[in-house]
Amino acid sequence: MTGTIASVQGAAHTAVLGLGSYRPRRVVPNSVILEQIDSSDEWIRTRSGIRERRWAEPDETVLMMSVEAAKQALRDSGIDPAQIGCVVVATVTHLYQTPAIATRIAVEVGAPTAAAFDISAACAGFCYGVAMASDMVRGGSAKYVLAIGVERLSDITDRTDRGTAFIFADGAGAAVVGPSDEPGIGPVVWGSDGTQHALISQKESWQEAAGSFNWPHLTMDGNPVFRWASYEMAKAAQQALDVAGVSAEDLDLFVPHQANMRITDAMRRALKLPEHVKVARDIERQGNTSAASIPLAIEAMRESGEAKSGDLALIIGFGAGLVYAGQVIRIP
Amino acid sequence: MASTEEIRSNLAEIVNEIAGIPVEDVQLDKSFTDDLDVDSLSMVEVVVAAEEKFSVKIPDDEVKNLKTVGDAVAFIERAQNG
Repeated sequence: MTGTIASVQGAAHTAVLGLGSYRPRRVVPNSVILEQIDSSDEWIRTRSGIRERRWAEPDETVLMMSVEAAKQALRDSGIDPAQIGCVVVATVTHLYQTPAIATRIAVEVGAPTAAAFDISAACAGFCYGVAMASDMVRGGSAKYVLAIGVERLSDITDRTDRGTAFIFADGAGAAVVGPSDEPGIGPVVWGSDGTQHALISQKESWQEAAGSFNWPHLTMDGNPVFRWASYEMAKAAQQALDVAGVSAEDLDLFVPHQANMRITDAMRRALKLPEHVKVARDIERQGNTSAASIPLAIEAMRESGEAKSGDLALIIGFGAGLVYAGQVIRIP
Repeated sequence: MASTEEIRSNLAEIVNEIAGIPVEDVQLDKSFTDDLDVDSLSMVEVVVAAEEKFSVKIPDDEVKNLKTVGDAVAFIERAQNG
């Protein structure tokens, strides 16, 4: 045994260097949802905060939306696409078991030989992706990583289910993660609770669906999910602040996964965030886009001027699994 | 041990804080959904706050049985004594 294995050193610190997003063209108001469920505009607004959402049209595929968001993030970062060493795509609505959509996105954005794979972490997907991207850059596996969250949840939504039909929507968001002189991404606080896997789930496997001709839509048991998200996730969000050494006073933005306005409000109260902390409320116009919701919400805040370069943002994703991940990031 | 009236009064404050219902409206015979307009998500918040306030555990399965303020007060009394 004489051989030795060399080691590589990555960057001491990492940051989100650029962000981008894609919103589908089609705006779907609550009135359209109400054509298929027995509910009301008022009920939907008071239970979720949603007034309208975006649903992708046929040409707005998972690939197309991802590429648009990724190109924007690359332009925002100023990084040459050829420098991207890995493409990580969080999604549950790329309806191919294999291959991963990440490889095609890598080709389209100009990083055709980058490592590329998809991850299944539901609504926590973007935060999982950012955490992995940051670790890859620090570990030396890639100099720059493209992390994408993308969903076409309208494809797996049961339009006749009054508990979920109004919630889910489509879109994409992307981040370029790379080395930085100062820490721009805090340590991730993450975990899962598989004992609660049934709370948000595809109704049946593809195999079962093939025999029954039933499309395996997404199902959700709203009240226990609300409880877990509002209270357990507030604790995880607090931990993400603590491990980053950032106090609520120093925070500028709170961008939780846009699951439901009521969850956002309950988390904000539980975290006792000071008045100056701006809270993302993109769900009102965009619906719940799972892995895409956090970058979409940040982009909306940058566009409106609420979020400024250098701001400290607490982001946390949570959803089916149950899984969650949260960290503090500096806005590029 | 807290009296029925003390529990009702503390619970009324929780309902007021979460759902904005005047405390004097939160009486034992009132239904959370029909009389007080407390929706299912607010009910989850009331339950979590009540668990903390009264140091009791209110399982998810039990919540649907708590139709009136009186049901909730009785459950909390039993849980505290049990």
